[in-house]
Amino acid sequence: MNGGAWQAIRAVAWRDILVAMRGRADVLTTVIFFAIVVSLFPLGVGADPGILQTIGPGVVWVAALLASMLALGRLFAGDFEDGTLEQLVLAGEPLAMLVLAKVTAHWLATGLPLVILSPLLGVQFGLTGDALWVMMWSLAIGTPVLSLLGAIGAALTLGVRGAGALTALLVLPLYVPVLIFGAGAVSAAAQNMQISAHLSLLGAMMFTAVALAPWAIASAVRIALE
Amino acid sequence: MLEANAISCVRGSRRLFRRLSFRVDVGTALRIRGENGAGKTSLLRIVAGLSTADEGRIAWQGRALTEYGDDYPKQLVYLGHSNALKGHLSAEENIRLGLAVQGIEVGNDQARDALNAEGLAIAAGIPVQWLSAGQRRRVALTRLVFSSARALWILDEPFNSLDSAAIERLAARIAQYLVSGGIVVYTTHQDVALDASVHTLELE
Repeated sequence: MNGGAWQAIRAVAWRDILVAMRGRADVLTTVIFFAIVVSLFPLGVGADPGILQTIGPGVVWVAALLASMLALGRLFAGDFEDGTLEQLVLAGEPLAMLVLAKVTAHWLATGLPLVILSPLLGVQFGLTGDALWVMMWSLAIGTPVLSLLGAIGAALTLGVRGAGALTALLVLPLYVPVLIFGAGAVSAAAQNMQISAHLSLLGAMMFTAVALAPWAIASAVRIALE
Repeated sequence: MLEANAISCVRGSRRLFRRLSFRVDVGTALRIRGENGAGKTSLLRIVAGLSTADEGRIAWQGRALTEYGDDYPKQLVYLGHSNALKGHLSAEENIRLGLAVQGIEVGNDQARDALNAEGLAIAAGIPVQWLSAGQRRRVALTRLVFSSARALWILDEPFNSLDSAAIERLAARIAQYLVSGGIVVYTTHQDVALDASVHTLELE
């Protein structure tokens, strides 16, 4: 890749990060949604420590998954409406790299806050020490996969009415493996069992998604602009 | 040199135009005219390579667009109906980052000077979403100041929502670009006289 491509990638990522920082309300919505959904469970299920510890990993992971899906609506829709997406296609640089830059910025604004907040919410479920660390790690590896897979759905539904619900239908089934191994890792850690297999599989999913998803996203974006 | 050879475009069940041919030489402009919905924007998007013609071919410097890949967009500037500006960012940030994505590096001072010359000095530092439609259009058009090295300008209704002074400045900029050897393809509903050789293409 030449210098021009790097310059374009940096500009795309930096622009999206700036927009996310200025429009803080959007980012806060995702984080607050995550916190509220997670906090509803102890209230609904009751304060039995045994039950809470059992469901904790799954609840936090499902909430992270929903929150990350909620954020997908803003990934491409704004750029699609204001013409920025056309300019991205016309940048004359590999579109897959530019959309990867966009997804990275999107994850920094919406995924990373979830990762940082998760141990705090895990405490509500009586998770401790190791399990909290593993929760952070599993989310840190897993949420980028959610963003990348979600971006495919978001790009495919550009310009479609009711895009949000359609994205959910497209994307949620794809999230299942990430959820199984992510929540599985935390559960295993809470029961002092081996976690390396779970995390290795999550890592493999992340590398596969980083390598393949950008091409799918780029194709979907081109189709949407046709 | 830009050449279209018998291109047709169908959108849904409607045929927008068929077997359209034209040729634009260096130093000349092609104005596309037609009623609303006649296919002007579709034609510009096909010329820009954003979509493909259903039939026929478009050639740039003698080679079909389909043979180019990523080289072709590097030679053109496309200014669409929408301004490609981010509402949360200032005019200056929009110009600098927007151009950087296109591979054109512009410093803070240069961007600011260009905005001053456009009469947008006050607007430079505030979020674009607070500007009027005309001001936003002018911010978007400021990109052209840094795009004289590109061989082809494709402008979709560039004069829209501009005041008469801004229209004159833009017309002068386009004429100057044409004299320096550029090619312009544009649409407009306003009869703006360009001090250059302009051909007109009517779409029915």
